[in-house]
Amino acid sequence: MAEERRFRSASGVPIALRRRQHSASCRELAVRGPRLQLRSLSAATSAVWLAAYGLFALSENSMVLSAAIFITLIGLIIYLHFVKIDQESLLVIGSLGIQVTSSYASGKESTTFIEMGQVKDVVINEAIHMQKVIYYLCIILQDPEDPQGVSEVVPLFQSSKPRLDCLIEVYKSCQEILGQRKTAPQSS
Amino acid sequence: MVLKVFFPSCCSSADSGILIGRWISEQSSAVILAVVHFPFIPVQVKQYLGEVQRVTKVNVSVLGSWSNSKQEKEESLSEFLEDLGTIFCHEPWIQISKEGDSKFWSCSTLQKHSENPQEEEIILVYYDQRKVMLSHLHPPLDTAGQGAEDVSKLSAIFDTVARSQVLFMTDRYDDGPIKLTHWQSDGVEASIIVELLKQASVPACMLLTFLLSLVSGICRTRVLKFWPLSFLWSKLSTCEQLGHRLQHLQVISSNKKAQNQKQLMRKANIFVSLLTDVALGILLMSWLYRKNRIGHLADTLIPVADHVAEELQDLLQWLMGAPAGLKMNRALDQVLGRFFLYHIHLWISYIHLLSPFIEMILWYVGLSACLGLTVALCILSDIIALLTFHIYCFYVYGARLYCLKIYGLSSLWRLFRGKKWNVLRQRVDSCSYDLDQLFIGTLLFTILLFLLPTTALYYLVFTLLRLLVVIVQGLIHLLVDLIDSLPLYSLILRLCRSYRLAAGVKFRVLEQQDGKPLRLLMQINPLSYGGVVQTYRLPTYSCYPRDSWASLCKKLFLGELIYPWKHKGDKQN
Repeated sequence: MAEERRFRSASGVPIALRRRQHSASCRELAVRGPRLQLRSLSAATSAVWLAAYGLFALSENSMVLSAAIFITLIGLIIYLHFVKIDQESLLVIGSLGIQVTSSYASGKESTTFIEMGQVKDVVINEAIHMQKVIYYLCIILQDPEDPQGVSEVVPLFQSSKPRLDCLIEVYKSCQEILGQRKTAPQSS
Repeated sequence: MVLKVFFPSCCSSADSGILIGRWISEQSSAVILAVVHFPFIPVQVKQYLGEVQRVTKVNVSVLGSWSNSKQEKEESLSEFLEDLGTIFCHEPWIQISKEGDSKFWSCSTLQKHSENPQEEEIILVYYDQRKVMLSHLHPPLDTAGQGAEDVSKLSAIFDTVARSQVLFMTDRYDDGPIKLTHWQSDGVEASIIVELLKQASVPACMLLTFLLSLVSGICRTRVLKFWPLSFLWSKLSTCEQLGHRLQHLQVISSNKKAQNQKQLMRKANIFVSLLTDVALGILLMSWLYRKNRIGHLADTLIPVADHVAEELQDLLQWLMGAPAGLKMNRALDQVLGRFFLYHIHLWISYIHLLSPFIEMILWYVGLSACLGLTVALCILSDIIALLTFHIYCFYVYGARLYCLKIYGLSSLWRLFRGKKWNVLRQRVDSCSYDLDQLFIGTLLFTILLFLLPTTALYYLVFTLLRLLVVIVQGLIHLLVDLIDSLPLYSLILRLCRSYRLAAGVKFRVLEQQDGKPLRLLMQINPLSYGGVVQTYRLPTYSCYPRDSWASLCKKLFLGELIYPWKHKGDKQN
């Protein structure tokens, strides 16, 4: 079953949270940011081309125009493939692990899978960023030598930066599944 | 605990039979390796599994039953399969059944001896057997040093499939008592080219080892170790690069098989890197020797050297006048200027002496580019060093003079203030001097102080020139380092067969149906290109700056000679 709710990110941009329950111990939570606007794309392209045309009028060298077209195309491809993240999702499979996926606007997906044995807990943390205090969700990894220690903190939803209300929903869903691994009897 | 069943996707359309694989009890997961079909004799199956266990050291056993019925579910078959659970006793006994072409299978377990007989959840994970078998799982780079095998559960699964290769050698055309289905059951795959190369590599390796032993024997003869020659070899970077490549060839041609993945990849990387190097070198050579470019190069070499010498002479004339409006001490200026001018004159005479032989030397030296592009670049760097030898000499003279002056000044400054450097205690102590000592000391101090700007200017100019040459040589060496250490084979493998270098796995949730177990697809998450380069970098005799910026500036200020690039063989001073 799937449900979608609208929230806002830390900078005020509207985002959508989609929850799907695949089975009793498997949940998928996806935060989708706004798509690339045609307005901003055309504004950026026109600015670059106006500047190039101005340079061409000054220098009478037609290489400037072709260079501007080239730069715009390459810049757009780089932006779509490496910078613009459309959707960030979290797949929690009890007793297997947690998978974090970022999907870029060009379709590329970058995935990390963290095994359940390494996950100590999922918590909401505060961070002071410039003049703001923002909340972020993170996975705390266990130190293999020290059972009480923490080896690494993996922050989630870094590009969409949802606000606290959205994070609380995600946190509750995760904790339901993580709680199962403590209450389930360890069968040999 | 949730039961996880790793099912190979190649067995999805297999006929009914029993499942064999490995049961990992601490993770409650079953890794299924193959399906054994009817008819079989249980004793023979157990014998076969015992043999496989002995060879692969993997705990392979019968895990459950698999029924693939084309029509509706047959009751008699399901009872028969349950009874098999009593023959091959395994706890828990997994039963998977597929009806017709349905994607959603039903999976159940039979637990006879458990205390709490509850319905535990089952997760069905499909995996591509061939890819998982060939893939090598890389631990995360920060934990690579510690023994992290027990931390990763996935590595146990990869390990199981990789070590069970002998199980995948029997295909359905064999006439044995056991009929298996796995990824290779339609016939063992092999490539004729690979097999031929393997056969040819043994005599090729032996020939190469013999040749290398000859070459290293020649290199080690006592004749070449006498003082002038050994000094020359250590200064020329070409010899170092050739020695490095010789070492690489020795690694490849050794007839010991590679023990683990890392050694195998290193051998392959060295081989491909050598091949590319030689190919690029031969390309360069063919370009140079076409249209007599070597002749043109030799013809322009002497005029270039002349031009550099003329520029230096102009520079010295400028320094001897009033450079940048500064007023120099005329006498010292003239002495230093004439000294350096005479040096340049000597140098130009030597170059002109050599000029008839330059073309021939260059022609033969250019032939050595066939040993590799790196060797050609090293030769270029050495030629630059030889041609700018006079700049190096000037730098040394200027630096020594300046250094003497600075030390003299600091010592006389102390005398001026009535203090002395105590060598025993390594500190400054007060001291009472005689009047004539003070008089002469102050006089000398004043002379040195007023001559300082002239010396400092000469020192500055020649240090800048020397630094320029050092930077150019450094860039060439950086390029050589890059070609030496880039793991080309690993990068090409990552591009073409990305499943072989795995950083981890990723799961995809397939279509679900209520009441059926959770279906996931496990795919291999390949290592990033940066990770590949970092893991498989070839070690080099790297030259990196010996001093930090602060100590470099201090040395420049004091006039100490700087040798910015450090080689691994050099002793620390």
